[in-house]
Amino acid sequence: MSLLIWIVALVIAVTAGGWLFRFVGQTATGNAPYFRDMTVSVAAGYVGSFLLLAWIAYTYVSGQQADPAEKNKYFFFFIAIHGFVAFSIMAYFFRVLGTKFGTEGSKKMFRQMPLTASFGIVIIFAYAFVALFAGQIAVSSIVIVGIIGLAISEILRRIGGDKPAATSAAAFAFILIGMIIMYFVGPIAPYGQEEILGAANVVPGGDPALGGNPDFPLGTDQIGRDILSRLIYGAQNTVGIAFATTCLAFLLGGSLGFLAATLGGWLDQLLSRAVDALMAIPSLIFALLLMTIASVWSNQIGIPLTYFMIVIIAVIDATRVFRLARAVGSSIVVMDYIEAAKLRGEGLTYLIFREILPNATAPLLAEFGLRFCFVFLTIASLSFLGVGIQPPLADWGTMVRDLAQFINFAAFAPQVAVTPLLAAGAIALLTVAVNFVVDWMLHKSSGLKE
Amino acid sequence: MPGLLRIIIQRLLLGLVTLFVVSIIIFTAVNLLPGDFAQAILGQGATDEAVAAIREELGLNKHPVLRYLEWLGGAVQGDLGTSMSQALFSSFTGSETGSGLGSVAEQIAPRFRNTMFLASVTAAIAVPISIILGILTALYRNSAFDRSMNIFTLSSISSPEFFLAYVLILFLAVMNPIFPSLSNIYEGMPFGDRLEKTMLPALTLTLAVTAQMMRMTRAAIINLLASPYIEMARLKGLSPMRVIIKHALPNALAPIINVVALNLAYLITGVVVVEVVFVYPGIGQLFVDSVKIRDIPVVQACCLIFAAAYILLNLLADILSIISNPRLRHPK
Repeated sequence: MSLLIWIVALVIAVTAGGWLFRFVGQTATGNAPYFRDMTVSVAAGYVGSFLLLAWIAYTYVSGQQADPAEKNKYFFFFIAIHGFVAFSIMAYFFRVLGTKFGTEGSKKMFRQMPLTASFGIVIIFAYAFVALFAGQIAVSSIVIVGIIGLAISEILRRIGGDKPAATSAAAFAFILIGMIIMYFVGPIAPYGQEEILGAANVVPGGDPALGGNPDFPLGTDQIGRDILSRLIYGAQNTVGIAFATTCLAFLLGGSLGFLAATLGGWLDQLLSRAVDALMAIPSLIFALLLMTIASVWSNQIGIPLTYFMIVIIAVIDATRVFRLARAVGSSIVVMDYIEAAKLRGEGLTYLIFREILPNATAPLLAEFGLRFCFVFLTIASLSFLGVGIQPPLADWGTMVRDLAQFINFAAFAPQVAVTPLLAAGAIALLTVAVNFVVDWMLHKSSGLKE
Repeated sequence: MPGLLRIIIQRLLLGLVTLFVVSIIIFTAVNLLPGDFAQAILGQGATDEAVAAIREELGLNKHPVLRYLEWLGGAVQGDLGTSMSQALFSSFTGSETGSGLGSVAEQIAPRFRNTMFLASVTAAIAVPISIILGILTALYRNSAFDRSMNIFTLSSISSPEFFLAYVLILFLAVMNPIFPSLSNIYEGMPFGDRLEKTMLPALTLTLAVTAQMMRMTRAAIINLLASPYIEMARLKGLSPMRVIIKHALPNALAPIINVVALNLAYLITGVVVVEVVFVYPGIGQLFVDSVKIRDIPVVQACCLIFAAAYILLNLLADILSIISNPRLRHPK
């Protein structure tokens, strides 16, 4: 109850402060239009945000000067402030870098980019880097990536023309060069993801006085696996599986959606009604139900549960992709150029791949980002609930669940409480980054100015 | 109003049909399981006679269609079958199958009430906050306040629920003990205590659903600001706040109500993870526990309840948006 009284008192004080601020402004500037037209709520907003910033600065400074025992209380506060400042600076410099290098188009894009989108792009690149090079690169995987890159560029050249093909070829060349370099440098992760290293429950921080070990900067888990290595491998497993699942969902939902839009008739009706029925069940609930069944099947057949999970989540998310692909496709199908192509006697594959797909890429790309977030969060939630990615694969959702109890030590040993939050934060950081980029893309393409 | 009534009845019937199809999907999915209830409950050392006896007792040797109809008939009357984990074995020998401790319905009922309590507390916090924030961000659009709210809500909606939950636990339960981190509520608890223990899960869910409602409110209001009648109100000399509250908001209600109802439907899914984090004795936790021990009748029943609530709220969104927007009532 006292909390409520404090809040009410604070609101009244801030409003009064706002009124005072406006009054002082009016008298000091001789009733300048800026202060004359200011409402009390705007003035209160200025005062409130000033108080907030002042409180943050005061806490930061007093926390820095506090003695070590007191300092524990500010540990997470410092992490939050340092993280925010570091990410902002990083995003700013990335944007500056983007405006200096690259083609005219990309320079212009970077100049108009908000800081949040720049932050998102940096984070996505960082995750992709860690996910690709977590473990030792095998020669065979370099060859496979090369072949996939050639194939995708060739497909893009046939569907969309030379420009996207050149972009994808450049991206794959970049990845290949990176892989060859990392082949000689060695893996990013210091240890293997399943390696049990002896000392269990080493405290993070690497300070022997507090129970840490410099060999394990983030400590070890309950059975003595290095947490840093598992976090790094988690990027590969969690992000990789989510990416594969999203691709599968798009392949399934996209092709069926375009097919339904182009053909229409009973196929369209059948697919649409089936999707309606599947979408009536909340996705996480349906995934959990199907995972229960899959877990019995995987025991009997001997196929790992993870493969079942990829298919199940892909099918559930394909229903959402189907909706979008069908809606976008059916608005394209009625265009004149489709009519012309039909009169020319083009076949179904030509219509879908050469006429509809190139014109539907923008909404589908934005949807891919959002869909990836949903899939990623679903997989993380399933793993967190204990039915997702199975051990011994390192995975962030499972790590949060296994390490969650350490949060209760935060008051007196904050280093210990860091690890579960790191794993959960790794998930959050990526989804936030993707959402920032998608938000910016949608804003740009919608042309909303107000 | 006969037209409106007809539309509502039409939608309700459509919802019933959807629910029926969903129940078929759930039942078929569960029946894809290799082996059945009888084998599962008796374990590896089951003799053929014992399996046959239980199959006979539970009617598992009947045709699947017949079993589906019986399950559906029971579900309509509130009998959701026998829980595997809590089965009273006497009920297999006696005639009272589906009653006693092992009944799914009895296991679910109190937890369902708890979950509804959590959802209503969340709605009571989240809906006013998000609409007020939506109006404020529309009023001060493109200001520093609008942008920081946008970044904050976008971050909170894209984080996984368990991350939000643990951050809240860290700051509001461990570092500053304001709220308890475990929501061990029980029957007959005083309302105040119950509210206090429900606070952290409710706040987590609030963070998860506020963003979408707020952004929808903002977008719906801003969409209208270019209309001639808003221009008129502005030229009349009304204050910006009054223009939005009196003129823009009533016309923006349809999409706002719609998104509120859809987010309440989302709460039902989000509740699963949050209940597990806070050990809140609700239906979501029961569902996850049953999934882990493969207690199929409970999983089936929970799934049906979740789906029914989800369909109902979507239906509500649909009907409310028709009521609040007369143009939808007379489609051209």
